Amino acid sequence: MRALFGRLRALAVAFGLLLAMAAANAQSFDQALSGFTADSFSDTDTAISAVARSGNPRAAQVIGALQDGQLFFDPDGKKVYIKDKDDRLTDAATGQAVAGPAPANLAPVRLNNRLRRAVEAALGALSLFAEDPGRRFEAAQAVFKSREAAALPTLQTALAKETDPRVKTALTEARAALVLNMSDASEADKLAAVPVIRARGDQDAVALLAGLPSDTPPAVSKAANDAIASIQNGLAIWSAVQNAWYGLSLGSVLLLAAIGLAITFGVMGVINMAHGEMVMLGAYTTFVVQEVIRAYNPGLFDYSIAIAVPLAFAISGTIGILVEQCIIRFLYGRPLETLLATWGLSLILQQAVRTAFGPTNRDVGSPSWMSGAFDVGQITITYNRLWIICFSLAVFVGLLALLRFTRFGLEMRAVTQNRPMAASMGIRTGRIDALAFGLGSGIAGIAGVALSQIDNVSPNLGQGYIIDSFMVVVFGGVGNLWGTLLGAFFLGIANKFLEPYAGAVVGKIAILVLIILFIQKRPRGLFALRGRAVEA
Amino acid sequence: MTGSPLIRALDRVGIGFLVLLAVIAVIIPVGNLLVPASSPWHVSLYFVSLFGKYMCYAILALAIDLIWGYCGILSLGHGAFFALGGYAMGMYLMRQIGTRGVYANPILPDFMVFLNWKELPVYWYGFQHFPYAILMVVLVPGLLAFLFGWFAFRSRVTGVYFSIITQALTFALMLGFFRNNFGFGGNNGLTDFKDILGFNVQSAETRSALFAISVLTLGIGFYICRAIVASKLGKVLIAIRDAENRVRFLGYRVESYKLFVFTLSACMAGVAGALYVPQVGIINPSEFAPGNSIEAVIWVAVGGRGTLIGAVLGAILVNYAKTSFTSGSLAPYWLFVLGGLFIAVTLLLPRGIVGTVEYWWKGRGPKTRGNGVAPAGVAEPHPAE
Repeated sequence: MRALFGRLRALAVAFGLLLAMAAANAQSFDQALSGFTADSFSDTDTAISAVARSGNPRAAQVIGALQDGQLFFDPDGKKVYIKDKDDRLTDAATGQAVAGPAPANLAPVRLNNRLRRAVEAALGALSLFAEDPGRRFEAAQAVFKSREAAALPTLQTALAKETDPRVKTALTEARAALVLNMSDASEADKLAAVPVIRARGDQDAVALLAGLPSDTPPAVSKAANDAIASIQNGLAIWSAVQNAWYGLSLGSVLLLAAIGLAITFGVMGVINMAHGEMVMLGAYTTFVVQEVIRAYNPGLFDYSIAIAVPLAFAISGTIGILVEQCIIRFLYGRPLETLLATWGLSLILQQAVRTAFGPTNRDVGSPSWMSGAFDVGQITITYNRLWIICFSLAVFVGLLALLRFTRFGLEMRAVTQNRPMAASMGIRTGRIDALAFGLGSGIAGIAGVALSQIDNVSPNLGQGYIIDSFMVVVFGGVGNLWGTLLGAFFLGIANKFLEPYAGAVVGKIAILVLIILFIQKRPRGLFALRGRAVEA
Repeated sequence: MTGSPLIRALDRVGIGFLVLLAVIAVIIPVGNLLVPASSPWHVSLYFVSLFGKYMCYAILALAIDLIWGYCGILSLGHGAFFALGGYAMGMYLMRQIGTRGVYANPILPDFMVFLNWKELPVYWYGFQHFPYAILMVVLVPGLLAFLFGWFAFRSRVTGVYFSIITQALTFALMLGFFRNNFGFGGNNGLTDFKDILGFNVQSAETRSALFAISVLTLGIGFYICRAIVASKLGKVLIAIRDAENRVRFLGYRVESYKLFVFTLSACMAGVAGALYVPQVGIINPSEFAPGNSIEAVIWVAVGGRGTLIGAVLGAILVNYAKTSFTSGSLAPYWLFVLGGLFIAVTLLLPRGIVGTVEYWWKGRGPKTRGNGVAPAGVAEPHPAE
């Protein structure tokens, strides 16, 4: 029965549309224009809607001119002109410039407030027929929000002509919004409109359903309330998904920044305060690579990140090994002094970069395959965040494989677990230290490449991440890379879930307090190494 | 080495240092106030303020040396206690402005009027009274340090873990104080002070008095630290520094010792901050920046950790160098110098200036090894067995 009604209604609508279109075609544009020459508000009103409905390509220009007060008429010749800013006249009907002197009695077409609204509505309706689907979509959204009942006939016309599915949905929703707000629409129509709005499922839909006119039939109100409840449930889920996504994104960045730190801390027991600067060097490497590509071979720009990753690894890694050989090697067994020395190093590196590249942010572009975004339900996912998550997981897996399957990884694990024993088994611990430090710094470098895509590249880049990275390492423990992974994602997601309730700063403070309390329970992090050498 | 422990606390060098401080506390204000400006012996107001500031830094350095040099606790968050003390003093000074502020509100400080606040937050109550403010200067940092230390030491958070957590503490506080709704003036902090105890903070007399008070406080702080490190308590602290687990196995409650000395040190840092604020005329959240706390640690390292006098010397030397560098055309290179200092001192001069001199001195004189305090800074606690 219901389906039958639906079909009947669809038929009726289609028939109505046909009539409207036929009328629109029959009415000539010129005739419509002549309404402007009568100098009466009611004639102007008719003329506005007639012009809007005429479908003539010049309609938008004429109405626009009317809005700007640039539409003039000649009462003697019964002709309408558009006068632009430089006082040049064009014939509104033909669009041709008027040669010779202007007609003597030229007067502007007058508007009052009611007509101004009509002009606005007409302009909105006209963009429903724009060439560009994006503009049509916007116009449909505007109608949805304005709920101007007068737009319904135009909307119907547009809906019948529309081919783009996205715009079509928007138009259908706009029509439903109008129907719900019209007092003369039938209850069945209104009931049918509610699910359309419900399917839209965003804040605007809630606002629309919550603000229905008072004469809405009770059945419709009830359906609307149900729809509001269901939309809000949906929105809550989506916002949780959104937070989780942002959290994953932040977590992957933290993972990249912290994983190198965890390696050096795990193997050598020293905190490298200059780790953030290794990240920064990686970001600047990306900047330099892109500058060189821009200067010599712009076609390679899409590969700039692929070039920068190994280069950043090499540069940061080499500097890391140098630092280990020149400074840290001599401070073995004095972790607190190492901390101070590497802090000094970080000051020097920062100032060196500031001297070389200037203190301001540097512009690092995104290759085409990393820019843009796509929608999943109510959330927008940007490609660069997605790539960074994939990239950090790839780095994590690669590192895990390195530790698990290579000789170097085996020796590194041995040194981490028990240094004197490893040394007595013939492992050259000094060499492992240097390589581990280089590896940790190199990974910081590629973290910098990733960060350059989402953050400002400035000499202070590393400083922003270093304390969070420390927290990840403290939280995750040093025995196991899985601890770092878990720590990074936990901190990232917790941060983003706290943010909407407490604000970014208080959320961050809460996390820090949480960690301070957490290490009460587990002073050595989530995945602490156990064994005799651990207390060292 | 007889007599009461309070007298025994001072060796010849210590007495000499205190006398020197007393002389400075008299000579510099006299040189500023009584010697006419035309005389070559006149001390400028700028100099008085500058060295008054250094004296506050020196007190902070003493506080750090007490826990780092003698107990092996490296706090990278002592700037937080310094700043908290400073804020407590700043709140008193703000309340003293009264109707002389831009908005002339008798109760609310200007920034609150600006933020459209209607009444004074509860935690601002009482700060118009000087004794209450002074109590808070000591109490707030002390309480925070006590709570923080109680949590940290009880669960045996040591070494770099402790350092990192203290750094996170000061970072969290910095983020908090940057917020306007915390009620501490947000980004701009507290400034535009008018008078302290009825004296104009800008006047030469008040500045000289503040300088003298800072020097005296430094002397008192030095004496307290000496008294502690020379006592039996001090011996236990040094033992904790060198082999924490051994001390624990001998039956000492390591946590209590650490907690006591950490809290005391935080109180000293708070006092330093309170003296600092009226002399520089502003306190803002950047005092909480982790970099500041680490810089304070390097003063101690330069002067010589575990020597107390070295901490004072280091604070003055490094800050004098900083002032000379950053006020001239060499400003961009200061961070290179500071960074280089961090590396050079840890690599080449692990005992610091005073520690090295002491080492040579003792090496020339009769063998006095086993004196306990001497080779500080070299023997990092070895892994306990």
